[in-house]
Amino acid sequence: MELFVFVCAAIMVLVGALGVVLRSNPVHAALSMILTLFGVAVLFVAREANFLAAVQVIVYAGAIVVLFLFVIMLLGVDRAEDLRTEPLGNVQRPLALVLGIGMFALLTTAVVRSRDSLRFKGDGVKTATLEDADGNIRQIARSIFGDYVVAFELTSVLLIVAVVGTVVLARRRKSERTAS
Amino acid sequence: MSVVSFLAIDPLLEGDLLWTPLLIVLVKVLVVFVVGLVATMLMVWFERKAIAGMQNRIGPNKAGPFGLLQTLADGIKLFFKEDLLPERADKFVYRLAPYLSFVPAFLAFAIIPLGGDFRDGNGGFVTWFGETTRVQLADPPVGVLFALAISSIAVYGIMLAGWSSGSKYPLLGSVRASAQMVSYEASLGLSLAAVILVCGTLSTSGIVDAQSSLGSWNLVATGVVPFLIFLVSATAELNRPPFDLVEAEQELVGGFNTEYSSIRFALFFLAEFMNTITMSAFIVTLFFGGPQPITIGGTTLDIPLIPNGLEGTVWLLLKVLVFLYIYVWFRGTLPRFRYDQLMDLGWKFLIPSSLGWFMLLAAQRLADDRGWDQWIVVPMSLAVIVVAFVMMQLAFRASDRNREAEGVQF
Repeated sequence: MELFVFVCAAIMVLVGALGVVLRSNPVHAALSMILTLFGVAVLFVAREANFLAAVQVIVYAGAIVVLFLFVIMLLGVDRAEDLRTEPLGNVQRPLALVLGIGMFALLTTAVVRSRDSLRFKGDGVKTATLEDADGNIRQIARSIFGDYVVAFELTSVLLIVAVVGTVVLARRRKSERTAS
Repeated sequence: MSVVSFLAIDPLLEGDLLWTPLLIVLVKVLVVFVVGLVATMLMVWFERKAIAGMQNRIGPNKAGPFGLLQTLADGIKLFFKEDLLPERADKFVYRLAPYLSFVPAFLAFAIIPLGGDFRDGNGGFVTWFGETTRVQLADPPVGVLFALAISSIAVYGIMLAGWSSGSKYPLLGSVRASAQMVSYEASLGLSLAAVILVCGTLSTSGIVDAQSSLGSWNLVATGVVPFLIFLVSATAELNRPPFDLVEAEQELVGGFNTEYSSIRFALFFLAEFMNTITMSAFIVTLFFGGPQPITIGGTTLDIPLIPNGLEGTVWLLLKVLVFLYIYVWFRGTLPRFRYDQLMDLGWKFLIPSSLGWFMLLAAQRLADDRGWDQWIVVPMSLAVIVVAFVMMQLAFRASDRNREAEGVQF
């Protein structure tokens, strides 16, 4: 049963990931990404991490990809690109290939080598049970707002700074506009 | 691995297949689906009839008694219409979009407690054929978040429908829709957080269970404000009047669904009304005790002759009907918002006030935990919120003035 779910979710993730890279239409690529995100959410549910799955769908599928699509539609770049005539040059393609393979090798070694250390570290993650349905969520809340509250607050400050910076950069004053 | 376990018929893999729970789940799925469809049909009739009454018209009265079968007739008509595929449409996405909007509408209905006995600490369980179960298709531990996730998926149906039509007005409709729905989801989630804070659980049945009397209904327990914010945001999330900019006929020909016809159009139509019903049921679940009977003090309003297990369904139906009527009433009364008014309301008013109210509730609960004096903590928090609000208004005014001076247009 677990294997069946895993295989289905893995196929979803892989098909979606390939779609993001291979589809020439940006909107189709974004849709493939949603497929990948859903596959990952299914994997989370299979590991009893219900909260992570829900947040994954709400934040990534519900907000971020919608934003991608919004920008694609608003800018009108939603037509299929012919990748052969794209001025990618003779440097970028081989470089991308090398970097991709290198990244894949790094990640694979990291996963394989850290398998044992991950399994025996800490007291593990509580999963939701019938008796204590909120155990998982309580544990996440304790660590975010208890143990790591400073890091959490700093991250939120960072995000605010990023937003303010974007607005300041995107704003063009009247004098600049007439000059350009 | 046997075939049975591979097909996940026996989800707990206990070896011996238990047919009663399986049958109960299947019956629940079937009932929820059929009830959803029939309720949608009746809702369309109800809306047309009620709005006709508000406008001094008669409304549908030919098909069936009181025109009840009008929706069925319309549905059959739509089935037999020609299914057009615009030449410039993105074929695959164009065909996919109606389902992306139809399926979430039904999925969200799965987590709503549709009845059951919540009295005397029964926790909403009923016994059918020797099996103890809830009158609810699914009760995931993250119930409320599941509803939020589903409503964020519903954006795609409308967005992709408009884009894939390959025509200008639907695209405008869908760009509006995505901005509107994403914006109001934030205030929806924040006002929901107040409910979660008060109840201390995410599961929908747990939330209903926590509202055992009129005083502990979340409407009262969270202090009315989150409910009002939720109601407004939910209306915007549903794209219903006065927030129906997505399908503003006067500006956009028809909106995101202009190019759709036949059964695909019917699916959008169905999804819209199904969403209205689901959202009403969700509001009732969150703020009005769902299938709980009305209890004031120690006395419970009991409907005679109906067993307690069934009575929950009757109460839910009555409460949901009130909200369905309110939605029709909105449509009959309020003129449509302008786009900038919509965005101002969402970002400058609803999100800050829901956040402020959430902080107030959190402070009050913290004071309760630590044994601090409520009479100091609550006025202090209120004062902080008022100061923050005034400062925000000043900031808005300053930014408006700067904009005027610089002639920045966005």
